[in-house]
Amino acid sequence: MRRVTTPIAMLLALWSIAPAFAVQPSEILDDPALEARARNLSAGLRCMVCQNQSIDDSDAELARDLRVLVRERLVAGETDEQVIDYVVSRYGEFVLLQPRFSLRNAALWAMPVVLLLVGGGFLLVRAGRKRQAPVTALSADEERRLSSLLDRRD
Amino acid sequence: MTVELGHFALVLAFALSLVQFAVPLAATRLREPALIAVAGPVTVAGFFLTAVSFAALTTAYVQSDFSVVNVWENSHSLKPMLYKVTGVWGNHEGSMLLWVLILTFFGALVAWFGRNLPASLRANVLSIQGLVGAAFLLFILATSNPFARIDPAPIEGRDLNPILQDIGLAIHPPLLYLGYVGFSVCFSFAVAALIDGRIDAAWARWVRPWTLAAWVFLTGGIVMGSYWAYYELGWGGWWFWDPVENASFLPWLSGTALLHSAIVMEKRSALKIWTLLLAIVTFSLSLLGTFLVRSGVLTSVHAFATDPTRGLFILVILIIFVGGSLGLFALRASRLTQGGLFQPVSREGALVLNNLFLTTATATVLIGTLYPLLVESVTGDKISVGPPFFNLTFGPLMVPLLAAVPFGPLLAWKRGDLYAVSQRLFAAFGGALLAMLIAWFLVDGTGALAAFGIGLATWLVLGALTDLALKSGIGSVAPAVALRRLVGLPRSVFGTALAHLGLGLTTLGIVAVSALEVERIAVMRPGETMPIAGYTLRFDGISPHQGPNYTEDQGRFTYLDQAARERGTVVSSKRVYTARQMPTTEAGIATRGLSQLYVALGDPTSDGGMVVRVWWKPMVLLIWLGGLVMMIGGTVSLLDRRLRVGAPSARKSRTAAHAGVPAE
Repeated sequence: MRRVTTPIAMLLALWSIAPAFAVQPSEILDDPALEARARNLSAGLRCMVCQNQSIDDSDAELARDLRVLVRERLVAGETDEQVIDYVVSRYGEFVLLQPRFSLRNAALWAMPVVLLLVGGGFLLVRAGRKRQAPVTALSADEERRLSSLLDRRD
Repeated sequence: MTVELGHFALVLAFALSLVQFAVPLAATRLREPALIAVAGPVTVAGFFLTAVSFAALTTAYVQSDFSVVNVWENSHSLKPMLYKVTGVWGNHEGSMLLWVLILTFFGALVAWFGRNLPASLRANVLSIQGLVGAAFLLFILATSNPFARIDPAPIEGRDLNPILQDIGLAIHPPLLYLGYVGFSVCFSFAVAALIDGRIDAAWARWVRPWTLAAWVFLTGGIVMGSYWAYYELGWGGWWFWDPVENASFLPWLSGTALLHSAIVMEKRSALKIWTLLLAIVTFSLSLLGTFLVRSGVLTSVHAFATDPTRGLFILVILIIFVGGSLGLFALRASRLTQGGLFQPVSREGALVLNNLFLTTATATVLIGTLYPLLVESVTGDKISVGPPFFNLTFGPLMVPLLAAVPFGPLLAWKRGDLYAVSQRLFAAFGGALLAMLIAWFLVDGTGALAAFGIGLATWLVLGALTDLALKSGIGSVAPAVALRRLVGLPRSVFGTALAHLGLGLTTLGIVAVSALEVERIAVMRPGETMPIAGYTLRFDGISPHQGPNYTEDQGRFTYLDQAARERGTVVSSKRVYTARQMPTTEAGIATRGLSQLYVALGDPTSDGGMVVRVWWKPMVLLIWLGGLVMMIGGTVSLLDRRLRVGAPSARKSRTAAHAGVPAE
């Protein structure tokens, strides 16, 4: 077992991509359904000391502790929501890879829908207007030029 | 001496880029043909000087000249020659030099191939190209000089980050930069059009091939990067929604939108203003990507350079170019007139729909990438936006877009008949439905969503083939005639079909791996076996091995089929690079058809076993093969006769230069 003990080794683990080796056989729960839930939850929790890795992918000590914690809570009979709430209460919302639907994150979540609606609406309105655009009659001057052109061809 | 020569050449290139910016721009205002003619030679000279500079740095790397700080920090005398060369751009300074080299290269290409462009347009394009070059050359000279010396010179270098000691480094960054920077040409064309306040017919013809070329390279860069991450990082993922990946994906998304809107502009001279805006946005996103990666503002697995002064410098460059071009756009866009009316249901309409979804997807990925930064700077809170967010938003956005793809190429220009096109796609739809049902009922472990995804992918593939079949008349005329017609089809038709086919293949790979992947984690002792996806994997043992600049423990595995016949071996190893004492895993991969068996070694256990993680990745190769097919499609389209001989002839361009064809 490679243990990150010295500060230098810790720094190395932070700055480099150490051989990622996440879930250890000893951690795996006997109940496959529970284990599947644990894996699913772990994939959505951020490894706090890594760069953009979930605890499921990371081999950092902290990620391992968190994985074990998630499994302990699941074994104790908690629901997925309860486990997540507990982890967030300890580590803050930073730990969630999928931000919550909250007022602060409204712009984030609403962006795709709003853009699609606004863009689609704009296009529909424009298409409608174009179709209704009145066909203007020729002006007197244009009529004269047209007839002179037609005359010339004869 | 060589090193100083390189440094000096870089300073000269900077000076020339200022000339390249200022003189042609002023000359077109003053209408001085002699000064306008300066643009070409100055651009080409700037490219050669940058190339000399790059060659000088490469020489220092090849000779392991550790008196150069950059070489000392990133190289090692025992490193294999390939990695000595690729190490040139495996660090911040060198990669910026490569960036500028490619930028000046594209400028030189415009100078060489653009002789038949209207002279003032060409001069303005080269001028903007010069300004971008000047900004980045100054950046290198002021903050990231790769030629700095160290005295006394160290005896041995500190070696390149082991993760980067891979063939991937030879291919991925150059391709990616060719894509990123290739969009600078579209950007320069757009800004030049805004400066002139008009869009020539030549403009419309020129933007599409440049977009296409940049897009092909960027696609290649992303595909290569994805495969590299897949086999090198050792946990079998191929896309992480990492900010740095998003940084390359953003210009790809908007570049794809640009590619499609440029078709409308070229064929029907509609959507001009929109295309212009997309050209600006796409290169702006490339610049943003450069900023995000180079400044290390979003610390991520890729950020191997973190220095605030550099970040600030690029931020200023970013603000000047994005703000300047968008400001110019706001001032001048109203002068450009729109042309080419069309009905909502038409080829144009389909391409507008494509743009709507692609730009929304771009904006979604952009806000997801930047939102943590925004929240932190406004409220001080730290939040994460990771893969679950992107899968939830980007995925649903892609579904209607992919479903609409087969309709696009079959619709007529100006006014299409959706009902008639649907009838023609009936067979493709039936095939897709069949694939969906087969996946649902006959393949284990397929949920409704996965079955739908497989159906969607089949729909794309069959839709692309239907397009070719209909246009060549397969099924309605004699086979010989159909074959002749197929060969005679314009290459751009082939390009479209291939690119859409590739998209379907990639979708199929993604769906298959996401839904049907099998993973096993276990402790294995030599001689023990593990069943996975119809195979039996046997651990044969572990043995030490000495590489040129690393030592490794190689774990050997044999996989057997159900009849217990040996089908092949997999070697998976754990390396320690001597110079940096840095461990890496080298995953062992066995390819079976389009699927792969992926074996990663973990830590030894106290009782003599090894922790082993094994994946069965069904049809995983399609993810990247689809990307390759997309690249081939783009290349075929680029070779279209229309583009080869179609650039405005000398006579036409002369009249254009003098009379100035007004925007329609």
